[in-house]
Amino acid sequence: MARYGMVIDTRQCVGCMDCVVACKVENDVPDGHCRDWINQRLEGTMPDLRLTITSERCNHCDRPPCVSCCPTGASHVHEPGRVVLVDHGKCIGCKACLASCPYGARFIHPEGYADKCTFCIHRVEKGELPACVAVCPTHAMHFGDLDDPGSDLNRLLASRRHFILKPDAGTQPRIFYLE
Amino acid sequence: MLEFVTTRDNPMIDPAMHVWGWEIPVYLFLGGWVAGSMVLAGWFMRQGRRPGDGCVCYVLPWTSLLLISLGMGALFLDLEHRLYVWRMYLTLQPASPMSWGGWILLLVYPVLALSALVSIPGDWLGRWPAVKRLGVRLREATAIRTLGHANIVTGVALGIYTGILLSSLGARPLWASAALAPLFLVSGLSTGAAFAHVIAREHGDQATLLRADNVFLAIEIVLIGLFLIGLSTASAVHANAAALLLGGPYTAVFWVFVVGLGIVLPLAIQTLMASHRIPHTLVAPVLVIAGGLALRFVIVSAGQYSHWMSP
Repeated sequence: MARYGMVIDTRQCVGCMDCVVACKVENDVPDGHCRDWINQRLEGTMPDLRLTITSERCNHCDRPPCVSCCPTGASHVHEPGRVVLVDHGKCIGCKACLASCPYGARFIHPEGYADKCTFCIHRVEKGELPACVAVCPTHAMHFGDLDDPGSDLNRLLASRRHFILKPDAGTQPRIFYLE
Repeated sequence: MLEFVTTRDNPMIDPAMHVWGWEIPVYLFLGGWVAGSMVLAGWFMRQGRRPGDGCVCYVLPWTSLLLISLGMGALFLDLEHRLYVWRMYLTLQPASPMSWGGWILLLVYPVLALSALVSIPGDWLGRWPAVKRLGVRLREATAIRTLGHANIVTGVALGIYTGILLSSLGARPLWASAALAPLFLVSGLSTGAAFAHVIAREHGDQATLLRADNVFLAIEIVLIGLFLIGLSTASAVHANAAALLLGGPYTAVFWVFVVGLGIVLPLAIQTLMASHRIPHTLVAPVLVIAGGLALRFVIVSAGQYSHWMSP
């Protein structure tokens, strides 16, 4: 079984927001909401400053708290790919999943259901890349199967230092950032 | 220096998570109140109290039916996809306390309805022979004891689940405490006892409820202590969450309204009332009930504000 994930190179990401715009267009994300976003973290003391730009979205965690807390089973792990999705027809809009996500990756769609990144599973199942990955002008984003030892993701993770977001939350996210 | 800029600005998530407004604290409060009322009513029923005794345990099911309905109304208002609420009852999700809660609420209604039926005199049910027969059977001593057990079990389940519901949401460090479930249960018992004390007619029942409420309030103080000590001595994330109540933005409201006016002051007043040094008044019970509401508001609000610190 595939286990989809992403590797994002923070040295190549320039924070252009193409991924954000592509997601909004591809998934018809309503105004005032976003499924992915850009964070910029500036640390250090002049002149030794370090700027880290991260393109963030649902981490499609291996231990997704949003799935376990869902009272109706609307939040579920989709196979193949182990992508965390929301069945809009089952969601009652209780917001437990929003409260349980340490990444703040979910929001309530104006129609009432919980919404979030789907890794563009509708494209992936047709053999295409997620919209954000496809449009990245610096090729900072990589998508693939983490369970495939020969995938680009595993090659990059083996060759570069990397980190995940909020590791202490214990959710085992599947988006990795190359340092 | 640390400067953080984000392009995300999703409603209810940014700048700090605030997905639950007044509806959830009100529901948790009313649910706790009903849970406490059910346990107390069940306890009296188990003692063999009869409907004709004027025991408060035959009034509590009626007030509980009203309160739980108001609570479920608040819960319904909180939902964003309301027309799909029936989806709750097509599944039982074992890992989701919210799913258990939906089913527990479904048990609460028949237990309360049957308990309420006991208090209706058979003559009043002349139009409905089947209901009258059921009412007569429920007034038998064995049936009343069984109903008492059912009230206690369902009430405890209802009271505990409200705390587990929050503590299962691990992304909110303030709620990551096993003390939250017993705290909410005991707070519900205390609220239920304060209310029952006010509406009880029998002096013996009043005295029993007053002493019980004092015990519940004392246990509540201990549980709040354990809750804060547990978080403060855990990881830095949890200590930071506890700091919201220990010097942070929720400190004043928590210590003044929840602990001071909601527990310590009424405990002091009720201790004097129990020893007959001052007359019984509404002041202490009202403070206890308001304190129970304040507890839910502070815990729900501060919990949403707490978060994992790492990037």
